[in-house]
Amino acid sequence: MTENSTATVWHEVASPFCGIASDDLTIEVNGNNVKVLENGDAVTRPGFETPISDTQPRINGKEVTLEQAVSHIAELLINSKQPLIAGLGTDLNGARAAMALADKTGATIDSYYSPAAFRNILVLQDTGYMTTTLTEVRNRVDVLLVVGTDIESTFPRFFERMVWNKESMFGQEIESREVIYLGKKPSGDASTSPNGKKAQVIACDNADLPEVVSVLRSLLKGKTIQAETVGGVAVSELNTLAEKLKAAKYSVVTWSAGQLDFDHAEATIQNVCEMIKEINATTRSNGLPLGGKEGDTTVNAVASWQSGYPMRTTFNRRFPDYDPFLNDGRRILADGESDVVIWVSSFNTSVTPPESAATTIVLGRSGMQFKTEPEVYIPVGVPGIDHEGRTFRTDSVVSVPLRKLRDSGLPSVFEVLSAVEQAL
Amino acid sequence: MLLKLTGGRIFDPAHDLNDVVRDIYIRDGRIVEKPADGRIDEEIDVRGKVIMAGAIDMHTHIGGGKVNIARTMLPEDHAQAVYERTELLRSGTGHAAPSTLTTGYRYAEMGYTAGFEPAVLPINARQAHMEMHDTPIIDKGGYVMLGSDDFLLRMMAANSDQEAINNYVAWTINHAQAVGLKVVNPGGISAFKFNQRKLDLDEKNEFYGVTPRDILHRLSRAVQEIGVPHPLHVHGCNLGVPGNMQTTLDTIQGAEGIPMHLTHIQFHSYGTEGDFKFSSGAAEIAEAINKHKNITVDVGQILFGQTVTASGDNMRQFAGAPHAHPNKWVCMDIECEAGCGVVPFKYKDQSYVNALQWMIGLETFLMVDDPWRIFLTTDHPNGAPFTSYPHLIKLLMDKSFRNDMLSTLHPEAQKATHLASLDREYSLYEIAIMTRAGAAKLVGLADRGHLGIGAAADITVYTDNSDREKMFEKPDYVFKDGQMVVRNGQVIKITWGTTHVVKPEYDVSIEKPLQQYFDKFHTLKMSNFKISNDEIIDDGRGSLTIQPLHKGGRL
Repeated sequence: MTENSTATVWHEVASPFCGIASDDLTIEVNGNNVKVLENGDAVTRPGFETPISDTQPRINGKEVTLEQAVSHIAELLINSKQPLIAGLGTDLNGARAAMALADKTGATIDSYYSPAAFRNILVLQDTGYMTTTLTEVRNRVDVLLVVGTDIESTFPRFFERMVWNKESMFGQEIESREVIYLGKKPSGDASTSPNGKKAQVIACDNADLPEVVSVLRSLLKGKTIQAETVGGVAVSELNTLAEKLKAAKYSVVTWSAGQLDFDHAEATIQNVCEMIKEINATTRSNGLPLGGKEGDTTVNAVASWQSGYPMRTTFNRRFPDYDPFLNDGRRILADGESDVVIWVSSFNTSVTPPESAATTIVLGRSGMQFKTEPEVYIPVGVPGIDHEGRTFRTDSVVSVPLRKLRDSGLPSVFEVLSAVEQAL
Repeated sequence: MLLKLTGGRIFDPAHDLNDVVRDIYIRDGRIVEKPADGRIDEEIDVRGKVIMAGAIDMHTHIGGGKVNIARTMLPEDHAQAVYERTELLRSGTGHAAPSTLTTGYRYAEMGYTAGFEPAVLPINARQAHMEMHDTPIIDKGGYVMLGSDDFLLRMMAANSDQEAINNYVAWTINHAQAVGLKVVNPGGISAFKFNQRKLDLDEKNEFYGVTPRDILHRLSRAVQEIGVPHPLHVHGCNLGVPGNMQTTLDTIQGAEGIPMHLTHIQFHSYGTEGDFKFSSGAAEIAEAINKHKNITVDVGQILFGQTVTASGDNMRQFAGAPHAHPNKWVCMDIECEAGCGVVPFKYKDQSYVNALQWMIGLETFLMVDDPWRIFLTTDHPNGAPFTSYPHLIKLLMDKSFRNDMLSTLHPEAQKATHLASLDREYSLYEIAIMTRAGAAKLVGLADRGHLGIGAAADITVYTDNSDREKMFEKPDYVFKDGQMVVRNGQVIKITWGTTHVVKPEYDVSIEKPLQQYFDKFHTLKMSNFKISNDEIIDDGRGSLTIQPLHKGGRL
């Protein structure tokens, strides 16, 4: 194929599709076709390789120009009693534009990933936590306790990059690292050491995790437990785990809030976090919340610095007004409290707006399919493929630059939302 | 467009102008000579008004991870300070940890035209710049933090020569887009990761065998030798520990004449005398500062009320966490490079310790002789939010006000201080030194903090008022780069300040070991660590201003 001669190969590309944001990908771009050549996985490959299909904005299914779509959105917003900007799968500048537009139109903001993110945010706002970041884990972890999470199903390269790396900076023998699952079993072998040592599994159902974690924390505090089993787990086994955590020099307790999908999981995460603080009375231990893909961490960070609050903030009284329950975007749509929703999903074609009575505007990744055609649909570029951007990793500390890999002509969320704000 | 400010009383310490009536001419954002043809386009009558350069906050936590953790964690604090959107201004919130937009507006309304974030972790510098980019009107910049990063500690443990360390420091300053270098609890943040709970000046990090004294020596030399104007910005060992004054005195002595800036010195000036085993070391510290001309300090004054402490010093923040108010806090280990700790705190005037902290800060202000070497800060928000500066200025300028306040505090603390006997009242000229000319000189801003020909027209105009708090909280006019941004204490125009940086030279050979280090141990590539100039310019409203290096800067 003659196109081969125009193929460009990019090195050290960062992935916004996974919260650990690996930035060692090699990617080949040929026209609009993208192929991950090296260090791809089950999450990043479809993330980068999903092809462009539609490129033209639509109003009620009819193709229009970008200008027409923008002025129609502006008109809808002007006449809206209560807009909602949701989904919010976007990068730094997309989040900035969404915040500016929300402030101007009195909109409420929420992200598709909030149900998971708020399990951690509520803990931060109530008691706080001690956490660490990926490079620390890579070099220091001696005991990794995984709570209620099958890491490799959503973070395929976590173990390769953070646990079974070749070398630690501090001379630790990597093989001596211990991985213990509490709750869910791992779905594959990513957690098995290079020499074949399998992770220890203390299995229990999600529904039993609150109780099991409570007992573990109690044991660490030296309390006596009368029961012999809890949630199907032998207390003696938890006691051994408690001893390991006390003896470890740098244990890391990790969970993915997205997988702790049960009512009031925040209370269990809080128990985990308080337990970590208590372990630090004598040795070092840290939490590592895993999440943050597709702009999840980014939009919460930007909202916090621009308004003081994370997602689930409304501007309908002309100032930022935060309520993690009332301003839940799903609840708002289900209860018919919003008449216009702008749904932003620039990374993932499968993250589509929920069915609702609200007039729906979608800024979506090209190729998105809808059950019900939205009033307005604008195919937008993907940050890190179609335009430059920046995104935060799961640890909320490191942000990575995203590069423009191809020239598709698709507009960015920033460009579209800024144009809408101008048109108001 | 030529603007004339007519007949103001000029306080411009950089040019020894102390209350001199003079006209100021502004064109294209700069202060210019009187035009030869006498033509002016606009004139503002400022006769009788006090004119100073725009104020510069040389140490204020306004951007970066720990500040944003503080914001997210304190919704109840924001709810008491909400700001409505106007035709001109974005909405916002926050008292202790305000949102970025509100931060810019409030600073400008108080006559401040620049603020410098003092704890930019290299790995988090991108975020710090993002937040500062969203902070309107004022100029900004950051001091990048080293000293507990494993790359430096490995170099020191391997006894690398000074030139290699200079290279690394210069490389980091360049690629983090910083204007200076900071060190926080030197080596202590790393030591905490090895479960050490304290690290005194001559105590060894148990893994590296390196002491804080070694680190201070290496880094202060590096800053001097690569020609960065701002001296090494030091948050010393043992912050908040009773008796830490001795560590501070040893640190001053140990600087061996190399320029060093000791930040929030109040938190490092504690003795152990008296029934409470907590006393003021301000007199001894001030004496040492007066004697050692290479030392500069900012105070980190505490003021009473709710705030939040946000610091890179997770070792000390963890120790202080039991005092959290409200009872929630965060500590983090970060990327084999640094850490952070965020602990909300309420300073109470009827607490012996808090009252004495207030007194120690003021004693320091009043006993350090040279206003060019001491700077007005609350270590925002650690001692108090920056919005309390007008109140602090009144405490310094008005002895009877100060003593009235003093008489309401914890009675035992009053007995432990000589503050009431200190007669000094700061003059307007001295305030102008501390908050303008001196601060610009310290940070290394060639064209700010003064009103000379060619300076940026960052100018604040006040109505003289014997109530200094009223005077300084509401200037008549503030000009930013020649544009009137504030009138009668209200923002009337939004501009976006520049980001001040320095670009010391380095030998690219340093990238070889760095590349290896990143590839082997890090979870980010070196190429993605670097922050490009384009990222600072960003959507077009940002800009970079490269400040000159000191002559004699070398590698």
